[in-house]
Amino acid sequence: MSSENNSGIDRRNMLKALAGIPVLGALGIQIFRKTSYDDSHNIQEEIVRELGLEDLMNAIKPITHQQGELIRLGIVGFGIRGPQLASALGFLEKSKFDQTVGNGSLDAQIRDGNLNVAITGICDVFDLHAEFGLATAAYDIHTGGRFASGHPVKRFRHYHDMLADPDIDAIIIATPDHHHAQMAIDAIQAGKHVYCEKSLIHREEEIYATYEVLKNSELVFQQGHQYPQTAAFQVAKEIYKRGLMGKISHVETTTNRNSPNGAWIRHVDSDGNTKTGNAQSIDWKQWLGKAPEVPFSIRRFYSWARYFDYDTILFGQLFSHEYDAVNQLLDMGIPKTVFSSGGQYTYKEFGDMPDMLHTTFEYPHKDLTLTYSANLTSSKARGRTIYGQDAAMTMGGTLSVVPDGSSGQFADLLERGLVDSGSPMLELLQGSRPASVVDAVSSATAQYYASRGLTSTSIGGQEWDVTHLHLKEWLDCIRNGGTPSANIEKAFEEGVVIAMADISYRENCRTEWDPEARQIKRM
Amino acid sequence: MEIRSKELKWQQGTLVALRFLIGWHFLYEGLHKLIHPEWSSLGFLANSQWIFSGLSEWIISNSAVLNTVDALNTWGLIAIGLGLILGLFTRAASISGALLLLLYYLFNPPFIGMDLSGPMEGNYLMVNKTLIEAVALLYLAVTPLSRSFGLDTLRKKYNT
Repeated sequence: MSSENNSGIDRRNMLKALAGIPVLGALGIQIFRKTSYDDSHNIQEEIVRELGLEDLMNAIKPITHQQGELIRLGIVGFGIRGPQLASALGFLEKSKFDQTVGNGSLDAQIRDGNLNVAITGICDVFDLHAEFGLATAAYDIHTGGRFASGHPVKRFRHYHDMLADPDIDAIIIATPDHHHAQMAIDAIQAGKHVYCEKSLIHREEEIYATYEVLKNSELVFQQGHQYPQTAAFQVAKEIYKRGLMGKISHVETTTNRNSPNGAWIRHVDSDGNTKTGNAQSIDWKQWLGKAPEVPFSIRRFYSWARYFDYDTILFGQLFSHEYDAVNQLLDMGIPKTVFSSGGQYTYKEFGDMPDMLHTTFEYPHKDLTLTYSANLTSSKARGRTIYGQDAAMTMGGTLSVVPDGSSGQFADLLERGLVDSGSPMLELLQGSRPASVVDAVSSATAQYYASRGLTSTSIGGQEWDVTHLHLKEWLDCIRNGGTPSANIEKAFEEGVVIAMADISYRENCRTEWDPEARQIKRM
Repeated sequence: MEIRSKELKWQQGTLVALRFLIGWHFLYEGLHKLIHPEWSSLGFLANSQWIFSGLSEWIISNSAVLNTVDALNTWGLIAIGLGLILGLFTRAASISGALLLLLYYLFNPPFIGMDLSGPMEGNYLMVNKTLIEAVALLYLAVTPLSRSFGLDTLRKKYNT
């Protein structure tokens, strides 16, 4: 041993010291072999190749940051949806701001980006809501709770005063539905751009007048249907355009909820106490507008969606979103006939809202049927599904395309076992934007990973609030020109479809659209 | 003496083999994550139960933190793997490896009522392979025999 120390390290010991090198070499060779094997045996890539979908994800529009000059907004109606829209614009009342910081979700809101807007006007008939609106509008989270521009926020007691104010460029309407059409018309005529919550119309007569005014204006109109902003929708549209679904025969839309709140019983809080508000703090006459005169009712004020007088019930509240989603996808337009049936079988106490509702929309000129099935007493979710002869696509926050077992287009893939009719062949998971189309493709074997929801494709991508994106689209069009997705043409079609369904339910008849006379007929 | 020396040789051989095998496991885990940049600890953390579930939620909720954790994990695995295979800083690599594995174990311990969702390749109660591998590394750390056949032997010689 001593001789070793004297002469440094002999050959034998050097070899012993380097014993790890061949192990590393062996690992390197195995990794190379495995990578080559994986590349040549990637079922997902094979499906993508076979279907020619390599560029499918290019369908997702990149989000651009273009600020432009400041846009000053006025919000009419600050009950439930108003504050949500303000939040999507980057405005939170101080206590909500602190709460959002507390649960760590503010991060996403700030990431959404500064739209360079100021809320300079709040209009609400209820003092409590108006004051909350003022506190919200004054707290711009992008400027640390202060308006960088220093614009004061005004409260308006009547929306006409807001429309007359030169310090407001554009109006957001978030009132009960029976005000929407008139407010939109008045706002456009006052020279303000309009973002109106769904549904734009309440009664058939409003459709035509509203359409004429909005269509003939240069001002930008957007209806509050944010779904087409999702990645899932944009990919769905591309899949449809490429003919992967085959001939489409049935579009199935649904609603499932199971709570009093979900049935729009909202005049009591979660503890069962009646919410605040009375004839002194609420301008009841203005709230009623053109609706039939009735004494002040706290039920009607908070649970208005349950009444024919103020809403097209489930059609305006939820079917409108369903219809917009499938109409934006398929451009299906107006059906020939509509028939609705249903009833109040559980929530019978007040109002007109059915808790069970089924409506069929026939499109004989397109060989197509649209159905709407709503159940307010079961929350077992059913999807929004488009049935084609080659594949069925379920489109929501997630997107999945299941090949049909009898598909001609996919016969070869089915036979080779690359896809099967029992599981999706293409899938986008909740809130995630896959890094590549390969991540979105499922096969019979890859299915299990996707079903666990543990795929990591959303990393590197970013979560966006879709309402923020929808408002951004409107603001971008105001600044740079262009037509938003939920424009007046789409709103017109939706107005007719909702009116046909609503009339059918209320009057218990079948309705038919006369495209020449442009009116709805009772049958 | 003859028997004893033979036994020692076998002990040495099996311990070095154990070092190579665990090193291989670490290095490949690290390189796999490096080759697949879409990999993230998100899924693992999202399933975390017991004492570290709150910490996991915090890591997931902050993408900068998550990315840092992912990078530390990937490069940590690679460094430990290389150390074990080459026999370089073997003791430090063994101890760090054991601590990392214990961390994995504590994030998702196979305790009663804390079963992971999805199919598993075995059944575990209190003890799983991660825990066993961690203890094996601790044994390597405290056994000088495991450090023969490695670059550390040169380091020592130069230092003397």
